[in-house]
This record gives sequence, structure tokens and C-alpha cells, in this order.
Amino acid sequence: MEPDTNNPSAPQPTADPAPNPSSAGHSRRVFLFKLSLLLNGAVGAVMAVPILGYLLGPSLKKPSAENTWIDIGPIADFPEGETRLVNFRNPVTTSWDGQTGDIPCWVRHISGNSFQVFAINCAHLGCPVRWFAQSRLFLCPCHGGAYYEDGSRASGPPERGLFEYQHKIAANRLTIFAGKMPTLAAGNCTKPPLTHIQAAPAEAALSPETDRPQPKDSQWPA
Amino acid sequence: MASLKQRAVAVYGWFEQRLGLGTPAIEAATHEVPSSTSSWWYVFGSAATVILVLQVVTGILLALVYAPTASNAWTSLEFLDHNVKLGWYLRAMHGWGSDFMVAIVLIHMVQVFLFGAYKFPRELTWIIGVFLLLLTLGMAFTGQVLRFDQDAYWGLGIGASIVSRVPIIGGALVNLMLGGPIIAGPTLSRFFALHVFVIPGILLALVGLHLLMVLRLGINEWPMPGRLVSKKTYAEDYHKLTVKTGIPFVPDAAWKDAVFAAAIMLAIMACAFWFGPFGPSGQPDPTIIQTAPKPDFAFLWIYAVLAYLPPSLETPVLFIAPVLIIAAMLLLPLVSGEGEKHWSRRPVAVLMVAVIAVTLGAFTRLGMYTPWSPVMDAWTSNTIPAAVLKDRTPLEREGALVFQNKQCRNCHAIGGAGGMRGPALDSIASRMTEDQIIRQVLQGGGNMPAYGNALSPSETTALVHFLLTLRGGHLAPATDASQQLLPSTTPPNKEQ
Repeated sequence: MEPDTNNPSAPQPTADPAPNPSSAGHSRRVFLFKLSLLLNGAVGAVMAVPILGYLLGPSLKKPSAENTWIDIGPIADFPEGETRLVNFRNPVTTSWDGQTGDIPCWVRHISGNSFQVFAINCAHLGCPVRWFAQSRLFLCPCHGGAYYEDGSRASGPPERGLFEYQHKIAANRLTIFAGKMPTLAAGNCTKPPLTHIQAAPAEAALSPETDRPQPKDSQWPA
Repeated sequence: MASLKQRAVAVYGWFEQRLGLGTPAIEAATHEVPSSTSSWWYVFGSAATVILVLQVVTGILLALVYAPTASNAWTSLEFLDHNVKLGWYLRAMHGWGSDFMVAIVLIHMVQVFLFGAYKFPRELTWIIGVFLLLLTLGMAFTGQVLRFDQDAYWGLGIGASIVSRVPIIGGALVNLMLGGPIIAGPTLSRFFALHVFVIPGILLALVGLHLLMVLRLGINEWPMPGRLVSKKTYAEDYHKLTVKTGIPFVPDAAWKDAVFAAAIMLAIMACAFWFGPFGPSGQPDPTIIQTAPKPDFAFLWIYAVLAYLPPSLETPVLFIAPVLIIAAMLLLPLVSGEGEKHWSRRPVAVLMVAVIAVTLGAFTRLGMYTPWSPVMDAWTSNTIPAAVLKDRTPLEREGALVFQNKQCRNCHAIGGAGGMRGPALDSIASRMTEDQIIRQVLQGGGNMPAYGNALSPSETTALVHFLLTLRGGHLAPATDASQQLLPSTTPPNKEQ
């Protein structure tokens, strides 16, 4: 390639091979270097905005925006007094979600138009709870959380009852308000967590095998 | 032949003139180390580095086939196992390599701790090492997620549930972790990026720093009781020791590293060959709920701790304990950077290692058989032992049926079969009276649900009569001591 004679910044053959920069020139270069650092800092800050926006995008969504009403079937599918597993396709999915977009939930038909729809996820750490109709309990395989048929906590490590989806009945079909994985932070909490720091009643002293009574009065036999 | 050798030297010279890497590399390899460090105790760091290379190589090879999408990841693992020649073996080596990596890193850390190697001037080497441990565990966790099966899916659920407990920003963190409202495609892609780009990048950079610092500061000398570390004299003492007893690292000391690394590689290859790859377990389909998710070996102890923490303590412990533990590890060399290095003069250090090792070991063992979990199919798969039913009344046998049908067996063992969540009931009637059993069954308590709503009065009667026959052979039935204390005028009949 020929030397670019039009480029003023190209090294001039007449330049001193061993320049002895004057202090004025030195401070000018230092200033320019600092200015270039500042320039890159500014460019970096501008560049960080879209990058952070992209990265944090999912976390800035409001939970309510991800839930929608989903039809999970005609009421006739749910016999009175029974609790059944129902699968629905999550309203927000990508085409590469595969089976992970199918979400199960437990539907309890109490009577008439009275329903409860529980999330599959244990309120402890999200494992899938299983319904045992004979003992009328939901049991979690991970750490042994147990819930009564109305979703309230029976025993084990969960702090609270099962997560419950909002539901409504329209044209004899059951719809639930779902779309987001239920966690303690997802706002599916319809009941406050149980408080466990409470003094054991005096009667517990009579029988060392029994702990404090469960706070759920409706579960008591008498 | 001579000309070939000359030509090779010439080629080396051509590159060396341009790269200039050979001379410093040879200098680094042959640098003098105290002869006492040529020990089989000093081989774990280099072994971990060799495993890291194995993991990078096998990881890249797996990435040639693996499909990092939620819909295809599991299928691509099955494809690797069954349709790609030796795909199963590569998966097995990567999986076993991961387990060996965690183990060797922990052993390396214990050795460094007991030999006082974290003390001046190697504090920062230790601190970087702590981050390397965390990154190694991060690789193990994200790697488990990439094995996108049931365990991975519900493991992510456990992770999201833990993150959701962070005060205030928990919800945002869950979204950030999952990349969407549920565990799905974007979640796997995130963990793929973490496992393949982000964590390995940081890990390799820090390993480079860690090694550079070992070269720069010298390997920790074999500690001697009474030879105290002082910031004023250490550098000079170490220099004198190296001059006096120095041997070139390569080859005089490095052969032990090389032999141990080869042994570890052989062990990984053997485990991979005999035991095969980990999983994948069932498909990552959340509608298949007949599953008992479990984390990989390195995290079983956390799984166990989460089962045993009292509910009210769980969230505080989850977020405060890791901060304290990591802070303690990071601050250790800054707090105790001088003084005695030898383990025989550091009883607290030895005791700490012993207690931590026993604790982790015990929780890991518990995590392996999860005694806190109900055995979900015990009520249909374990029969009542015939001996328990022999010579029983129809009512008592009916009670045995109730016992089985109401899934009591899922939590209570009889004859050694059944759940371990509640106490085994082989001798329950020798510990509890009829009234106590009725109360316990109907009202629950002590981590047992109340069965008042699930049992009819006749079922309760039958069940209790059956339970009252369970006296572990011929133990005396339990009695209510308060009844015996009553004046003898009261007849010993039941009137409560």
C-alpha cells in the first residue's frame, strides 16, 4: 500500500524519532487521555441502559400482568365432594417451552357452586403436592408438608396453607386466574401465613407425644 | 535424526522469538520450592485444575449435541445416551467429573485450612479460593438444571421458592431467575448461559489468578509446630527455607501431582464406565406429579436442612446463615493471618473441620433416604405383617384395614416397612393409652395431621383397637399414671 499522504495523522518522516515532550505537550496528552476515559465512561453508561433494561426486563413486570382467566373445564367434570387434578396450558408460553408450559392444579368441588382451586406447588418450596382422597390430605414428597382438604396447613415445614387460584364460574364452566408460578412473593397468598411462635398450651404437658393443637379450628372433630 | 531434532529446535526457536512464552513458562515450572512441600498432601489443587480441564473438554463435546431448549433438552439427553456413539460415556464423565470436582475442591480447602496456608501472605489466595468454591458449587447446580428432567424442573421450583422469600425484592428476583412467569424455555436458556459462559468465564479467570499467586508467593511450606508466621519475618524465613531446602517444582515435586491427577482421572473414567451417567430422570413435565424430586449429591445436605428447620426459623436461616458462613470464610485469613500454622497447635481449627464434616456428612446421609418424607405408595405396596394379625378379633383386623386404607402407613412403619416420618407403631400400645391414641389420631399434633375429618366413628374405633394390639410382642400396655395415683377407693374402671 502506498502511504496515505492525505492523512495528516500519518507519521511524518520528519518527526523526531525520540521526542522529548515538553511539559505543556505532556499535560495536553494527559488531559486528552483523561477526556477519552470520560468519553468511554459516558458511552458505557449509555450502553448500560439498554443492557440493564434487557437483563432486568423480566423482573420489572407486574405480577398481575401475567395472570389471565383460564377455562379449565365444565363444572360437570368435577363431582361434588371430590378433588381432582386438572392440567391447563399456561397463558404465557414460548413455542419452545414444550411440556413445561402445561401446569397442573387441584380442583376441589365442595358443593353447588362452591369450589377451591389449589396450586400444585407446595407452599414450602414448590414441590408437587399429591392428593390422598382416603385420608383427605395433600402430601408433599420433598419435605413432607401436609395439608387438609381445604388447603390449610396440617403439618410439616410449610408456613401456610396451599396457594389458591382465584376462580369464577361462567356458563357452567370453571375459570381460574393463573399464569404465574405461585410462590410466597407472587401474590397468590389469600390467607396470611400461620404464626408458629406460640406458647404450647398447658394441656400439652399432659401428653408428651402431642404438640400444640392445630390452629385450624374447623378441622377439629368436636 | 539429528537433523530432525535440530529442525525441531529451530521451529521452537522461531516461535519463541515471536511469542517469548517458553522461557518464563520453563522458569515457572522449575522454580524452587521447599522440599517439604513435595508431599502427597499437596496434590489436591493441581488435581482440581486437571478435572477443570476435563470438565471443559467434556462440556464442549456435550454441547455439540445438547439442545438447550425446554422442549428438546431432555430428548437430546436421551439421544446422547442411546443414539450417539459413546454419548452416554461423555455424559457420565462430565457428571462424575462434577462430583469429583466438588469433593477434591473441598478436600483441597480442608488441607489448606489445616496447614494454615491461608495465613500471611496468602490471604488473597484463600479469598479467591472461597469464590472458586462458590463458583464450583454454582457449576454443579446449573449443570443439574441443564440435565432438564423432573429433578431439574422441581429443583428450579425449590430455587424459585427460596428466592421468593427474599424480603421486598423476592418477586423481582424470581422473575429474574425464571426469565418469565413460570419455569419454562427462558429459564433453561438462562441457566445454559450461566453454566456455559458466565460461570466458567469467571471460574477460569479466577483459577488463573489463584495459580499466579501460588507462583508469585510460593507454595505454603510444611508447617512446623512452634514456627509462627509473622508479617515482619515471614518473607525472609520463607526465602531462607527455599534456598536451604529448595528443589525444582518440575520434576522433583510435580511427579506426585501428576501421579495423583492420573489416579483421579482413572477413578472418574472408572466411575463413568461402571455407574454410567446421571439421569435424566422423568421428563420435565409438571403434570407428572408422581415424582419425589431430589437434588444432586452436593446439595443433599441443604435439602435435609430445609426439612428439619422449624418453619418460623426457615426464612431467616436461609438468608442469614449463608451470608455469615461466606463472610466467615472470607474474613478468616484477615482475622487470623499470623501465628501458628500447625494443626497440632490449632485444636479449634481441627475441631471445626471435624464438626463441619460430621454435620455435612450426617445431613447428606439423611438426604439420601429422606426419613421426613411420607412414602407415597407405602399404603398400597407394603402389606401388614401376618404376625400382627394372628389371633385378632374381626374388629381389630378391620382396624388394620383402616390403618392401611387411610394411608397411615405412608408415615408410620410396621414390621420395618412404611414411612419414617412418624414413629414406627410396632409397640405403640406400650407407649400410649387408648385415650391418648384416640386424641392423637383425631386431633393430630406433634407434626401429625388431625384425622378427625377423614375417619368415621366406627373407623376410629376399629383403628384404635388395632393399634392397641401393637405392643411389640409382649410389652406391657401403657397405663395412665395419673389413674394409678388416685385413692384406692376409686375402682380401676374407666370413668373420664
